Amino acid sequence: MAEVTEEKVKAKEPKEPLFSKKNKKLLSDPLADNNPITIQVLGICSALAITAQLKPSIVMAISVIFVLGIGNVVISLMRNIIPSKIRIIVQLVVVAALVIIVDQVLKAFAYTLSKELSVFIGLIITNCIIMGRFEAFALGNGPWKSFLDGVGNAAGYGVLLIIVAFFRELLGSGTLFGIKVLGDPIEKTGLYAIGYENNGFMVLAPMALITVGIIIWIQRSRNKALIEDH
Amino acid sequence: MGLKDKLHKLKLKYKDTKVSAAYNAIHTFLYMPNETTHSGAHIRAVDDLKRTMNTVIMALVPCLIFGMFNAGYQHHLAAGEIEAVSNGFFSSVFWSFDNLVVGLWKVLPLVVVSYVVGLTVEIIFATIKKHEVEEGYLVTGMLVPLIVPIDTPLWMLAVAVVFGVVIGKEVFGGTGMNILNPALTIRAFLFFAYPTWMSGDKVWVHGAVERANEIAGGAQLDAISGETILGSLAQGAEVKYSVSDMFLGFIPGSVGETSTILILLAGLFLVFAKIGSWRIMLSATIGALVMGLIFNGVVSSGWIGEGSKFFGLMSTEFWHHLLIGGFAFGVVFMATDPVTASQTNKGKWIYGFLIGFISILIRVFNPAYPEGVMLAILLMNVFAPTIDHYVVQGNIKKRMKRLKLKTA
Repeated sequence: MAEVTEEKVKAKEPKEPLFSKKNKKLLSDPLADNNPITIQVLGICSALAITAQLKPSIVMAISVIFVLGIGNVVISLMRNIIPSKIRIIVQLVVVAALVIIVDQVLKAFAYTLSKELSVFIGLIITNCIIMGRFEAFALGNGPWKSFLDGVGNAAGYGVLLIIVAFFRELLGSGTLFGIKVLGDPIEKTGLYAIGYENNGFMVLAPMALITVGIIIWIQRSRNKALIEDH
Repeated sequence: MGLKDKLHKLKLKYKDTKVSAAYNAIHTFLYMPNETTHSGAHIRAVDDLKRTMNTVIMALVPCLIFGMFNAGYQHHLAAGEIEAVSNGFFSSVFWSFDNLVVGLWKVLPLVVVSYVVGLTVEIIFATIKKHEVEEGYLVTGMLVPLIVPIDTPLWMLAVAVVFGVVIGKEVFGGTGMNILNPALTIRAFLFFAYPTWMSGDKVWVHGAVERANEIAGGAQLDAISGETILGSLAQGAEVKYSVSDMFLGFIPGSVGETSTILILLAGLFLVFAKIGSWRIMLSATIGALVMGLIFNGVVSSGWIGEGSKFFGLMSTEFWHHLLIGGFAFGVVFMATDPVTASQTNKGKWIYGFLIGFISILIRVFNPAYPEGVMLAILLMNVFAPTIDHYVVQGNIKKRMKRLKLKTA
């Protein structure tokens, strides 16, 4: 992405408070105006795959926050001793180690969820957001800033995941966290009594893409500065 | 002062206000606009967008009327109240008042919902974008009720129309900019979102779903089965309709797509009016026949046995594929959509051929998607710009070569 070089240039600055304005921006920017999914269009694959329901999306969001937050700190601490030629391999080792921790924790404490998410936890390794932040930020910044940046970006990713999953689960299955909020489709209670039916298309991956597209559309029409010129 | 002048006056009054787009749309629908363009070079021609759209609508009206009668006919036939048509196209059993009443009762609401919802979305977008309302929805709005099953719940249709118009058309910039055919986008949305209402053996005949529910509730009634021919073939069941039924259209199916003869006449009319592309229609037909022949060949050389789940559709005589399902309707009215089809003549041949070829392929190999022509056209819509690109590049290369030969 275009930001890559810009952020690398940012040199070390003299001591500043933990939550200075700049640091806060690191945390809050990715939540909205520099969202990794809607603005940088990274990490789309997992956003399509696991957002059919809210619960796995939230677990995924937490996992990515953990991996990216810790990973950014580790890379940032090692940034001066990693030979630049093999930095990708080193980064991969770090992510892989963290992902395995997440995977094992899930298997131990939330087995059904881990089954549901299946390969997608393992595939966090290939999530472009993670490698992107390592390359663009952690290699050029101190550990605290890297931590904020990692958590911020992962949270931006997670927020979008949860928004998409909310609509997909509500419209596609008529539930939220598995609770039938719209009534029972088989016994025809609630909304189903008057002929409402679940939208099967929302459960399929294309609708996730279209939902993300609609969010991008709304975001850009609210903030015209985000629209790129061609 | 006539109504026309009054409207012209009102137009000046509403100019530059928020409602002007909506007002102008209604105004130009009723009368020729009274303004002329002043700048730039222009071609004077009578066939503007509005006339093009109206011609297509004229071609669609016979299908709509036939669809209404057919809706009633299928309903009464399934209920056992009338005998099947046996004496040709103008049978009084078919063209009866009773049939028309059922048809009007079921089909008109579909038409009204399609137009009201679609035009509302169009007007809202035109107002936001401060554009004129475009004529594009006129045809889409008429196509939509013709390609859905008769018992489609109206709210589903409304949801699908909103989706199709917004995601299929407006996000790309409105009429003329869309990649996918909006009417087919609407149908595809219905198909994937509410599959129980878009496929199976109950939805094609009015009353079959209700009857099934009553029976499930313990009523002592005969079930109504309105299996389409494609459905029967996919299950390897016997087809109870004759070829002439298929050709004339006395078969269950989506509202307006059953009568191949009327669609054929409409197609000829569109070609004659120079609105539909004969290249696309012809090449799609050839494509379908080629695919059908390949499958017939596979069956006759004994590569698959009767036990195979594809046997029913594969052994269907190749030219029957043109008569059953929505193939004819799709090729005449959807594939020829000038916006989403290929623009170059050579491209049209390739585009049409692949539509025919792929629709029969999907139809046979995926019984879960019996309406292969819908998916085939949407797929080729996506590829149309690519086809055009390579046709144009090929032409440029050919000319460059010629130029080099001369200069060398």
